[in-house]
Amino acid sequence: MTNKIKIKIDGKEIITEEGKTIVEAAKENGIFIPTLCNFAGTLPKGCCRMCTIKINNRFMTSCTTPAAHGMEVENNTKEINDFRKGIVELLFVSGNHFCPSCEKSGNCELQALAYRYQMMVPRFPYDFPMRSVDGSSPYIIKDQNRCILCKRCIKTIHDDQGRHYFAFKDRGHKLEVILDEKMGKEMSQAIAKKAMENCPVGSIIYKEVGFATPIGKRKYDHQPIGSEIEN
Amino acid sequence: MEKKIIATTSLAGCFGCHMSILDIDERILDLIELVEFNKSPVDDIKTFTKPVDIGIIEGGCCNSENVEVLRSFRKNCKILISLGECAIMGGLPALRNGIPIEECLNEAYLNGPTVGLNTEHIMPCDDELPMLLDKVYPCHEIVKIDYYLPGCPPRADLIWDALVALLTGSELDLPYEVVKFD
Amino acid sequence: MKDRIFEIISKYNGDSYRLMDILHDIQAVAGYIDHATIALLADKLPLSAAQIEETVSFYHFYSDKPLAKFNIYLNDSVTANMNGRKEVLAAFEAACGIKQGQVTSDGTLGLFPTSCIGMNDQEPAAIINDKVFTRLTPFRVKQIVNGLKHGLSLDDLVVEECGDGKNALPEINSMVCNNIRRKGALLNHDYKLFSVINDILPNTSSDEIIDIVSESNIRGRGGAGFPTGLKWKFGSRAKGEHRYIICNADEGEPGTFKDRVLLTEYPEMVFEGMVTAGYAVGADMGLLYLRYEYKYLLSYLNGVLESMRKNNYLGKNISGIEDFDFDIRIQLGAGAYICGEESALIESLEGKRGEPRDKPPFPVEKGYMNLPTVVNNVETLATVVKIIKNGADWFNKLGNKDSVGTKVLSISGDCRFPGIYEVEWGLKIGDVLDMCGADNVQAIQVGGPSGALIGEKDFHRELSYSDLPTGGSMIVFNKNRNLLTEVVLNFMNFFIEESCGTCSTCRNMPYVLREKLLKVINGRGVKQDIEDMTSWARLLNVSRCGLGQTAANPIVSSIKNFRPLYEALLNHEVEYDSGFNLETSVLESCKVVGRQPIFHHNA
Repeated sequence: MTNKIKIKIDGKEIITEEGKTIVEAAKENGIFIPTLCNFAGTLPKGCCRMCTIKINNRFMTSCTTPAAHGMEVENNTKEINDFRKGIVELLFVSGNHFCPSCEKSGNCELQALAYRYQMMVPRFPYDFPMRSVDGSSPYIIKDQNRCILCKRCIKTIHDDQGRHYFAFKDRGHKLEVILDEKMGKEMSQAIAKKAMENCPVGSIIYKEVGFATPIGKRKYDHQPIGSEIEN
Repeated sequence: MEKKIIATTSLAGCFGCHMSILDIDERILDLIELVEFNKSPVDDIKTFTKPVDIGIIEGGCCNSENVEVLRSFRKNCKILISLGECAIMGGLPALRNGIPIEECLNEAYLNGPTVGLNTEHIMPCDDELPMLLDKVYPCHEIVKIDYYLPGCPPRADLIWDALVALLTGSELDLPYEVVKFD
Repeated sequence: MKDRIFEIISKYNGDSYRLMDILHDIQAVAGYIDHATIALLADKLPLSAAQIEETVSFYHFYSDKPLAKFNIYLNDSVTANMNGRKEVLAAFEAACGIKQGQVTSDGTLGLFPTSCIGMNDQEPAAIINDKVFTRLTPFRVKQIVNGLKHGLSLDDLVVEECGDGKNALPEINSMVCNNIRRKGALLNHDYKLFSVINDILPNTSSDEIIDIVSESNIRGRGGAGFPTGLKWKFGSRAKGEHRYIICNADEGEPGTFKDRVLLTEYPEMVFEGMVTAGYAVGADMGLLYLRYEYKYLLSYLNGVLESMRKNNYLGKNISGIEDFDFDIRIQLGAGAYICGEESALIESLEGKRGEPRDKPPFPVEKGYMNLPTVVNNVETLATVVKIIKNGADWFNKLGNKDSVGTKVLSISGDCRFPGIYEVEWGLKIGDVLDMCGADNVQAIQVGGPSGALIGEKDFHRELSYSDLPTGGSMIVFNKNRNLLTEVVLNFMNFFIEESCGTCSTCRNMPYVLREKLLKVINGRGVKQDIEDMTSWARLLNVSRCGLGQTAANPIVSSIKNFRPLYEALLNHEVEYDSGFNLETSVLESCKVVGRQPIFHHNA
């Protein structure tokens, strides 16, 4: 038996259950809160900060904050949307995101968020960092140029004993997600496909698969990300 | 209404964005009613002959000549538009960014699979040639840019809508489908 | 070597939560932690090699490359630079024959930079193989390097008479000075050690202890200022098989060094505070997280714990209280400022990267091993002992209304008497400056880089949680200092170096802001750049932890309080300047193809 609770998002009252995160509660009620690092079925870790909302004048991440009765959430406001757009822009300039040459273009969640927030050009200067591409695994390519360090692969791709295929390396501005050398070599096709599917951007690419769907007919080419949630 | 003056150029680009301008199809006849082209590959005018209202830049800056041209556009145009991914973020030429320039030149002239005829291992170094920049720069990281129209190439509809809005001073309301980065 | 590594793993029962200790031990034996070692560990622990590398690569003092026999970590803090680090570095480079970041070809000497090591009152300082060398001069550097080259031990090279107080004990044998300049309620030697454990705990219930702490109104001394009594109350009520008390001795905020002095001179009170907290909260285990830079205190502190065990101040039925079992273990950090954040500290204690956790849940509910955990600062715990002894009323009479009690300040920079000062809350900044002998003051950094840089117009303000809060770091800058290049830039470098990198904002924004700052410093700034820095910095507000949220403070607070310094550097003639320089950007390619840059047009 679950406890029903009421919360308000941008003044709209919604009903949800105790224990649900705000992002889940919003989704069930047709309200879109953008996310990048959040992934259904794993513990949230607010890495990307996209789902930032404001409660009692404090910024919180809605993927990690449980809904509580009476909570009043600011979501779709000018201030917060500008932060979100800023985060998208920051991610664009801090990596090497060449959409025209990326296999994931049109299906990429980062790009889709840039479309949704109408990013015409990032406000920050481009960094053009030197990044490597790891093709040592027989089935996947790990392209550090496109990685947004969301941790989804780290959290979701592991073996039966819970050992992680992917892991963070270094810290701060040098942070990257590396593929375990040994496990990468022994990776099954199924795991490789799952890794690619779980990656929100084009950083994990299944080898030997090109453009199955042409540009113009991909997931976010006609429908903004989140429109599947919004009613 | 007096015709607005337009200039265009392609810097480190592939001319795809210019092709996309032509892709406005029969609307080009309407465009000609609204504007007059000055310096542009469209009419092959090589130098500015009068003050320009709108300069349209395709491509980023990969060498000193690109920089000179871009700066002359800034000087001669009231409004500058970065058209397409290369102008906005360097685009495909910027894939070389981050790779040491010596490696790039060695690959291009000494070690690459297509350098067979360069038996004397010459690196082009004539003073008349433009000098390569340390990286490919987006246009706004050189001069001030007023508007950005993304895409590779930008959709013809986007170019048309944006130009019409600029020329007529009307509000620009872009449908979701036209702003794309690929 | 393989056998030694397996021995180390079994010493910790193959417990991956003890990975920090396993790595410390391996590095002590092997000198570094390479790929082959990590692969061996991955075989024996329930972790992949990449996961182990995740931890190894996070911490400054673990190395995946061979280090030298003697590794010199030269502090790069702002006060080190103000006190001649440049000359000292040059002397090290000349004497060793290498550049910073390198190891000599014979593998004897290595020279590396490091973030603040908590010696701001005796800079420039370096850590050489865990031994701290302070007040370095080029002359002294020559002496040290020559000594090392000629086979002298580090102990031979320490100038023993330098260190005052317990620094001179054989267990510490350090040239570090306490520089205690002013004592107050906490530092006065008017307390008979362990009298709280001996006399008060056996006759007082745990709830009563919490009540005294609550009534004293003491707030956390680390900087965040959460009411300690409330924290203990939450911890005591949270459900869990075990509860933990953690003492946060990872003071990494540049400019703070008071916990170092407390641990040197008052360790018994700190531990007694942990026992008291353990009693109040119902915890059975205490952990003191000691920053790696203070490793020279480790065996001394373990000695103190050992004698406490002998006297039943730790162990079973402490002080005859039935079922009150409590012991303390010291966990050594490995060089990461962010581990001063309590949840990052807990992650580190569990053998992982020091990445702050999302809150809620707070550590009092789910902390170490997901069990209720109370994390307190060194100073808080020591102070609590005196509060229990003297009563809440005694404490409430100290300080001002908003912030009661005293605060131990770490004062450094341009002043005649840098060191430790215990003052009552409410003291004005102007009085702080008079107290430490600072003249010709341009600015003072209150609360370290994450705090505020304030100038003369704010010297009337008071130290308090509501006005100018501080974890204790106070750095003074005189009018000859270039605040932007010497201070703000150094602090930005610090935040970039020390970000854990998990949040998109803190990973990237300080870097973007530093580039802007450099643009201004290099004379290419325009008015818009100041507006950009101010508005872009706001994005950091959505970061997860305090470090990320405050990582732009050096820039934001210097723009706020010292805007004319920026204005003076701006080019007011132009509206837009991208900072692009055609002349320098073609140099590299011209060199490669072998031509002289020629500019046909006047740009």
